[in-house]
Amino acid sequence: MMALVVSLVSSGRRAGVLPPLVLGAAILLLWEVGTRGFGVPSVILPPVSAIAVRMVASHATLWEDFSQTFLKGALSGYIIGCGAGFLLALFSDRVPFLQRGLLQVGNFLAAMPIIGIAPILVMWFGFDWQSKAAVVAVMCFFPMLVNTVQGLAAAGAMQRDLMRTYAASYGQSMTKLRLPAAAPFIFNGLKICTTLALIGAIVAEFFGSPIRGMGFRISTEVGRLNLDMVWAEIVVAALAGSAFYGVITLLERAATFWHPSQRRG
Amino acid sequence: MRTMQSVLIVVGGIMAIWLAAVPFMNIKWEANMASRAGVEVSIPEGGLRRASAVALVFTNPHLIPGTYVQEKPRLPGPQQVVAELWATTAGEAVTSNRSLVYHAGVTLTGTVAGFLFGTALGVLLAVAIVHVRVIDASIMPWVIASQTIPILALAPMIIVVMNSVGITGLVPKAIISAYLSFFPVVVGMVKGLRSPDAMQMDLLKTYNASAAQTFWKLRLPAAAPFLFPSLKIGIAASLVGAIVGELPTGAVAGLGARLLAGSYYGQTVQIWSALFGAAILAAILVGAVGLIQAFALKRMGFAR
Repeated sequence: MMALVVSLVSSGRRAGVLPPLVLGAAILLLWEVGTRGFGVPSVILPPVSAIAVRMVASHATLWEDFSQTFLKGALSGYIIGCGAGFLLALFSDRVPFLQRGLLQVGNFLAAMPIIGIAPILVMWFGFDWQSKAAVVAVMCFFPMLVNTVQGLAAAGAMQRDLMRTYAASYGQSMTKLRLPAAAPFIFNGLKICTTLALIGAIVAEFFGSPIRGMGFRISTEVGRLNLDMVWAEIVVAALAGSAFYGVITLLERAATFWHPSQRRG
Repeated sequence: MRTMQSVLIVVGGIMAIWLAAVPFMNIKWEANMASRAGVEVSIPEGGLRRASAVALVFTNPHLIPGTYVQEKPRLPGPQQVVAELWATTAGEAVTSNRSLVYHAGVTLTGTVAGFLFGTALGVLLAVAIVHVRVIDASIMPWVIASQTIPILALAPMIIVVMNSVGITGLVPKAIISAYLSFFPVVVGMVKGLRSPDAMQMDLLKTYNASAAQTFWKLRLPAAAPFLFPSLKIGIAASLVGAIVGELPTGAVAGLGARLLAGSYYGQTVQIWSALFGAAILAAILVGAVGLIQAFALKRMGFAR
């Protein structure tokens, strides 16, 4: 179902860069002036400049948390989960019977609050990043599976028949026709999973973590009412999430340059 | 029918894997307890901690039945989860705080309040985006960018900040839910309001229809098939938001609180039953939106 959102997003109109930047700058300015002008206590909303100062001052902590949560937890879980989803989709493609059931069950499970398995996996794999990677892997698995299964069904009957008349082997029709045809769907899955990966890694840390990590820092600093540090972590998370999404979008553009949705102008 | 059959086989396969995994996950605890109780257990060289679970299961088949009925198993058996679900739904009064129905109800109110608020806001913003160019150009990119940000990470901060200004309970949860359900609704609704093609718009122009008439008679009805799939996504996201919103304050009630309490006290069966409760709730909510969708679209003449 999230696939729908991504497809709707990518089909949206492209406007200029200037209006959103102006709006963003205006909001930041309003935030800064408003919090200073009305003397809003920093335990409710710290001014933007205080957050920026905090980010520079504690860049070492921020980097440590980032590498714990994103580089170790989210990224490895993302690779494992997306890889496993992709491989199971490839396997189920050879067993049509399995494929129908997997698509239904996968769609159902993708809509479930999968994040709830975090406490179980933290119990099984310990407090360190391995349990976060496990949560991320499970969360990424189903969207990736469903999208790949859908993508593998994207090549039309005519095209497959043509491959058959060429006497193409399974591997050949896979690499030359069906995987390229599936690529837009696969990248949809990969994009959905970028956000899920960060959410999974951060929320799993609420259930137990060594004394580093973005989720750990957010929940402890919130408890100590150090909201500038919390906002600093959120900025890092937002930047990391957007950059991750951006990298996958660039890969998609390079890999599916032929697809109508990638046309520009 | 064949789809039904293959779904059943896949679900059956998952159940089989689950049942088969239980002894391997729980054997160490069982072996430890058995050896303390003086039952003969064959433990390989190097002690229990370093022994492989697979070897333990195969060398101690007599311990397998015990792995299914432990009180705090690493992996509870399906029958334990079902029994707990039954005991905490049918076996308790609905108002009792041991009743899963009570906790699901607490989460549900937050979910539904947030969902309704988020949907209303999303529809309004979509209408504004479609009609006002400046809003389209300046806000839409932010709406899209906000999807790449792990919004759930904001949940604890929202809860604590609202707590410090004296707002607790339903409202902070509903705000998180609203934020999460708002995005899919905006995207779907914008797409839907723009779906009437040039011919249809031209027809209304030849009728000399005003902007308001175009909106009520063409754009809004045309958006319905796009809105409902977004609502399904939105309500599922709302539920996740409400559950996560219950985590940081150590909330006393709600499915998220059950998850957290279960994880603090090692009550694995409780975690699993809360998890299944959440899944059942999600299925009911998405199913309810689906029913409304089927009914509404049929009345509007979209059904094939």
